[in-house]
Amino acid sequence: MAQNNIDNIKDHAELFHQDEYQELFAGKKEFEGGHDPDLIAQTAEWTKTWEYREKNFAREALTVNPAKACQPLGAILAAVGFEATLPFVHGSQGCVAYFRSHFTRHFKEPFSAVSSSMTEDAAVFGGQNNLIEGLANSYSLYQPKMIAVCTTCMAEVIGDDLQAFINNAKAAGSVPQEFPVPYAHTPSFVGSHITGYDNMLKGILTNLTKDQKAETTNGKINFIPGFETYIGNLREIKRIASLVGVDYTLLADNSEYLDSPNTGEYNMYPGGTKLEDAADSINAEATIAFQAYSTTKTREYIEKDWNQPTSVVRPVGIRGTDEFLIKLSALTGKPIPKELEDERGRAVDALTDSQAWLHGKRVALYGDPDLVIGLVQFLLEIGAEPVHIVVNNSNDVFETELRALLDSSPFGAGATIWGGKDLWHLRSLLFTEPVDLLIGNSYGKYLWRDTKTPFVRIGYPIFDRHHLHRYATYGYQGTINLLNWIVNTLLDELDRNTIIPAKTDISYDLIR
Amino acid sequence: MTPPESATLDAIAPPEAPTEELTTVDKKALIKEVLEVYPDKAKKKREKHLNVYEEGKSDCGVKSNIKSVPGSMTTRGCAYAGSKGVVWGPIKDMIHISHGPVGCGYYSWSGRRNYYIGTTGIDSFGTMQFTSDFQERDIVFGGDKKLAQLITELDELFPLNRGVSIQSECPIGLIGDDIEAVAKKSAKEIGKTVVPVRCEGFRGVSQSLGHHIANDAVRDWVFPQYDKEKKAGNIPDGTEYDVAIIGDYNIGGDAWSSRILLEEIGLRVVAQWSGDGTLHEMINTPSVKLNLVHCYRSMNYISRHMEETYGVPWLEYNFFGPTQIAESLRAIAAKFDETIQAKAEEVIAKYEAQTQAVIAKYRPRLEGKTVALMVGGLRPRHVVPAFHDLGMQLIGTGYEFGHNDDYKRTTHYVENGTLIYDDVSAYEFEAFIKELKPDLVASGIKEKYVFQKMALPFRQMHSWDYSGPYHGYDGFAIFARDMDLALNSPTWSLIGAPWKKAEEAAV
Repeated sequence: MAQNNIDNIKDHAELFHQDEYQELFAGKKEFEGGHDPDLIAQTAEWTKTWEYREKNFAREALTVNPAKACQPLGAILAAVGFEATLPFVHGSQGCVAYFRSHFTRHFKEPFSAVSSSMTEDAAVFGGQNNLIEGLANSYSLYQPKMIAVCTTCMAEVIGDDLQAFINNAKAAGSVPQEFPVPYAHTPSFVGSHITGYDNMLKGILTNLTKDQKAETTNGKINFIPGFETYIGNLREIKRIASLVGVDYTLLADNSEYLDSPNTGEYNMYPGGTKLEDAADSINAEATIAFQAYSTTKTREYIEKDWNQPTSVVRPVGIRGTDEFLIKLSALTGKPIPKELEDERGRAVDALTDSQAWLHGKRVALYGDPDLVIGLVQFLLEIGAEPVHIVVNNSNDVFETELRALLDSSPFGAGATIWGGKDLWHLRSLLFTEPVDLLIGNSYGKYLWRDTKTPFVRIGYPIFDRHHLHRYATYGYQGTINLLNWIVNTLLDELDRNTIIPAKTDISYDLIR
Repeated sequence: MTPPESATLDAIAPPEAPTEELTTVDKKALIKEVLEVYPDKAKKKREKHLNVYEEGKSDCGVKSNIKSVPGSMTTRGCAYAGSKGVVWGPIKDMIHISHGPVGCGYYSWSGRRNYYIGTTGIDSFGTMQFTSDFQERDIVFGGDKKLAQLITELDELFPLNRGVSIQSECPIGLIGDDIEAVAKKSAKEIGKTVVPVRCEGFRGVSQSLGHHIANDAVRDWVFPQYDKEKKAGNIPDGTEYDVAIIGDYNIGGDAWSSRILLEEIGLRVVAQWSGDGTLHEMINTPSVKLNLVHCYRSMNYISRHMEETYGVPWLEYNFFGPTQIAESLRAIAAKFDETIQAKAEEVIAKYEAQTQAVIAKYRPRLEGKTVALMVGGLRPRHVVPAFHDLGMQLIGTGYEFGHNDDYKRTTHYVENGTLIYDDVSAYEFEAFIKELKPDLVASGIKEKYVFQKMALPFRQMHSWDYSGPYHGYDGFAIFARDMDLALNSPTWSLIGAPWKKAEEAAV
């Protein structure tokens, strides 16, 4: 019997390794109609070749293992950054179940969002009735201060008009006239989740700042995080701003919502940027975004409609953080405090301590455009060499920017930017041109398994490791976190590769 | 992994005085109170879905399988989730295309832990995501051409695939694509099975219609191959002990810890539907002597079809907890000869010691604890006996997407006074749990952290909280271990700062 020790009950991780189950697996093959094991092995080898790589890169219609999601996911991440805001996704209901599950698996936090639950009749007649009823119900049940509406592809394909529907819903009394119901059209067949973030944030700011422009500025700086999934980054930004003494508004602050204290009482809407602060953001001195490609339209809108200067800084690594602090200091006229200078010194000290293990290491990485630029900034300053850079949701402006960054350092010379490619492409790259390290989200573990490339999880989603999202990758402290993850992954790998007694363990060193 | 022994647990977290149990009248009043917040129209809809089970009734007194109320925060998914995510996805040697925009396939990628044996990317494709990644031009000009090209490409890159299924996302049905025509043409081109599935997310009211559509696609696009092969004399006669496991998705290995028992009683399991299953197994299934149905909700359709068309009878069974396992093994064996019946008794006896050890260890730690369930289409009733085997009591249950026949079957599992909630909204569930005060909530990922923030122990009952298997005798041991580690974790006693508690006590 497989469970033969009550004090050591075996779950799937061990249960199936036992003889009973190994025999079962072998026996089942009789019925499977599978392929000859030799053919499987041959085919597996073939997928590692240059020939396969060329075939793989020749495909035009097929996407395999993508590294991007769709617009409404980003839209609802933006929405929950505002005080007591309920994301409302207009369209089929399954999408919302998926979004909520996805965020919940990453953050290990509740994530509330509603759907207008459109079905066949709405496909024929349009979804206005669903929206009218849905707004009334969600307003009564969940008592939000704002409902932020975005769309699924179903509503987009049939051409539902959110502005008109929301006006009609208000006229029908679903929610009070003055109740804010910002909206964004977020078709999932355009762009990716970062586009959805941008569209929703712009929609919310457009709604909340209407008629709020004052004669004078409020002296504040707006910060826009973008599609940010590191709660530690939001906290780090706030901490740095407080240390410099900057009066700021974070647009929007989902750090409480996505990392709320367990007090024994469930609060559906923890934290969030106050709606009045968001409304007053139109009167700020300037806006700094920490991501460019998830805030493109929002920044354009702020520049044009608010007449407010905007800029993008990515406080990743030493120089990225330097740039952020210099920017803050320049905008506010306040000096950079000693405390941050000391932090910088400690981070630089850590980098120089570890540099020997990082210098010249060849790295493959993938992720959203801004995440990738931040990581490349960091890799170049520690002397690592980016080699394969895969960005599924790429665009031309981004690729030009990244190319310039790579060209600015001799360590960037060997890098290729693979825009629009997916993780099955990356698999071919890793087999044909191996590297020392892979950086990506949890899906990278399949590449780790197949290619044995040491793997550091940075990105979204991270489902199979706990709590990484609570850390910062921004600031000097975030720099130490990045360094810690990367250098210690390489050192772990070195141990794994030198662990066989009397064979490889000559290099199984105590001191490294 | 083993949590501290119960002797020390008492010192860590003294058991609270049992809360006074709510009567049926109280629970009905609670339902009424909870409904008050809804606008009238929604209230009228929702009141039909909430009730208290009364002994002797033939069902649970709730309506089901009806459209969700917009804006209510239903937990339900869509037809695509039911087809790609549940029924088709686990068929390991086929490539399942998420046809449409990138999101649906991305969110459902590796989400269900349908375990399989195979070389991923070579002869098995379960934890991969294949999509046509629709762009605006595909919506405008249609996606049929792209789909055809995509199938050509995937057959070149993954030559050992045994076939392809096309899992339609919402836009496909709205833009008028003819995926059936593409499927037929592509099947000829690559010489393999290509199955078009019309499981667009807007169809029906939940995952449930997706199961049905997926079942129908098997009937229409897979079984004709059985008919053809049968005619050609290529289907082996098999043995009189041939069975198929239907409706086990092998989450955490459930189908394997079930199969082992069926094999031990002398049956020959020809096919698994669909966890760790293959196309070949599916094609051969109409030749079995008996279909054994675990998840009735998602696969009763194809079972009925096989009964009507091929004369294969089917039997529902339940492998959660030793009481039901023994009962099911006997019921299954009763469909065969005395050899099998004798072996079933032997197997039940063989596992007796293991089961007793589990109960002896865990029952004292769980005895009298109450649980509230809310799961999909089967487990809201099926797992109840496993809790009972551990001395736990069910005080509320409901389905995300059950039908009336599920609620009828539920009456065999629940006691008088159990609160029943169909397609419960987040608001209702939270309100019910606050009043019912169960010791454990067992539901899904979207619910998990809501209740854990309320300091309530919680186990995911879709994914087994990344543990499992829970089926069979081997699975029951894990189930018991997991319920104990959830309920008796010392972490719950850390919630609430002591000074706050002191302040509250002073007031």
